[in-house]
Amino acid sequence: MINAFTVVLLGFLIICAICTCFSKNFLTSVIIFMSYSVIMSILWMVLESPDLAITEAAVGAGVTSVLFFVTLKKIHAMNDQKNEDNIAPLDEKEKDRSADM
Amino acid sequence: MSKIRSDYEKTLWRKIVRFVNGEKDFFDEQSGFDVESEELESRKHNNFFEETEWKKKKVQITELIEERSEETDRRAIKLYEKFYRLFAVITCVAIIAILLATVTNLPDYGDASNPANNEVSKKYIEDGIKDTGAVNIVAGMILDYRAFDTLGESHVLFIAAVCVMILLKIDPDSEKGKRFINLENDRAYEPKNDPILAWATRILVPLIITFGIYIIVNGHLSPGGGFSGGAIIGAGLILYLNAFGFKKTERFFTQKTFSVVSVSALLFYSVSKTYAFFTGANGLHSFISKGTPGDILSSGLILPLNICVGAVVACTMYSFYGMFRKGGL
Amino acid sequence: MQAVIDYISSNLFEGVAIILFGIGFTTLFLHPNLIKKIMGLNIMDSSVYLFLAAKGYVFGRKAPIVVDGITEMESYINPIPTGLVLTGIVVSVSVTAVMLALTIRLYWRYHTLEMDEIMQIIRKEGK
Repeated sequence: MINAFTVVLLGFLIICAICTCFSKNFLTSVIIFMSYSVIMSILWMVLESPDLAITEAAVGAGVTSVLFFVTLKKIHAMNDQKNEDNIAPLDEKEKDRSADM
Repeated sequence: MSKIRSDYEKTLWRKIVRFVNGEKDFFDEQSGFDVESEELESRKHNNFFEETEWKKKKVQITELIEERSEETDRRAIKLYEKFYRLFAVITCVAIIAILLATVTNLPDYGDASNPANNEVSKKYIEDGIKDTGAVNIVAGMILDYRAFDTLGESHVLFIAAVCVMILLKIDPDSEKGKRFINLENDRAYEPKNDPILAWATRILVPLIITFGIYIIVNGHLSPGGGFSGGAIIGAGLILYLNAFGFKKTERFFTQKTFSVVSVSALLFYSVSKTYAFFTGANGLHSFISKGTPGDILSSGLILPLNICVGAVVACTMYSFYGMFRKGGL
Repeated sequence: MQAVIDYISSNLFEGVAIILFGIGFTTLFLHPNLIKKIMGLNIMDSSVYLFLAAKGYVFGRKAPIVVDGITEMESYINPIPTGLVLTGIVVSVSVTAVMLALTIRLYWRYHTLEMDEIMQIIRKEGK
């Protein structure tokens, strides 16, 4: 009675959960967590609960992930050594632009 | 001069005043008479805002970590840690195995004779449209039969927003707060007024907010309701904030807006449901008409309650983001 | 083999929910980093919701929105788990926000989010 589509979605769900827990980079794991929420919201549609699908898509994939992103920014987990080198010239460029204005 | 001052500090009235102001414990006799030294102490404690202190702290912490790694060189501790990890993994796997074995004894998935489909859900489905007037049975359930549950949940959201405010609020007028905002200003590294983001936001945000309002207002007719619509509006506001910065959003959303909107929505919810409670919840005569099921203006109190819940959720989501981002709205 | 197929066809959703619960539980208890712990708790949350919603589903029935005035129990799925889970999802996001705020405060104080290091610092400072 369970069709192949559902089985594939459930498989993806487990893979996403495992990848979220085992990935070394925080940014990667937050993005995988986002895709986990999206798959979950499709599964709510399979389970005939459209209310939950809309809520999960807005809350799980939207707001929670955004909060995680901001937290990563606050704890300086997103800038590794390579990115910090890239930031400096960008900052100078910004100064130039504001000087022009 | 200093003698008079210390005498004044010792008086009972002064102690009460300081207790009310939260400066010092009323029953703690030993410490805290000396104002200057206490201030110094607190400054020393809270000085992690300063950059030099940050660096000092970092060095201290790396030293501590190095000490720790020396400590863990000892074989007994290493063995203990290994054993602990192994034991924890075995426990987790055992719990999963037991639960998986238990699942086989549950009634089958999708079976109509499942004991969950008992007389309670029968009552909700068969009498729902007559009792509440809502076409969407879930909306009728959570906002009419179980409205007090939803009231408690809206309060949970409000309390969570207040907690985040207590934890992350930074006073922008004080010296310390200004320095901290400068130190933590992550918007300095971002490209400001990015034209692609700005134009995408100009096109998308009206659509997103209209969709959110549609979901809230149609909560009793179609899937959705206050929670999902409020979250969508909050996400739209967050996108707007990201594109145009705090200066633009402060024109329409400040701390005051947040408190006025949330508190008035919660008050309206409480008052209207108290009315329903005193007139006998459901089944008794009520002067609020149910209307014809299927109309926008129908189903009694469900539409205004949906709007209240949506307002609370949208304000909460936006205030979470503002607090995390800047330490203020 | 037949037993496995029977298991999958009878209780697939519940089994997956339990496995997700286990993954989240293991992360919550074994990962040293606080952000990963919070993610594990979120996965545990949604696995419980999946379990509840799967228990309310019945084959061949539709979502609980009245169409054409039909109000028989045989046409719609059980609405109670949907209502419970709707409440739970929104509470879980506020819990996540409070936990992340606490995490940021911990970072301001200790400059690290590894649980072992924080415990080590607390022990050193307590002496």
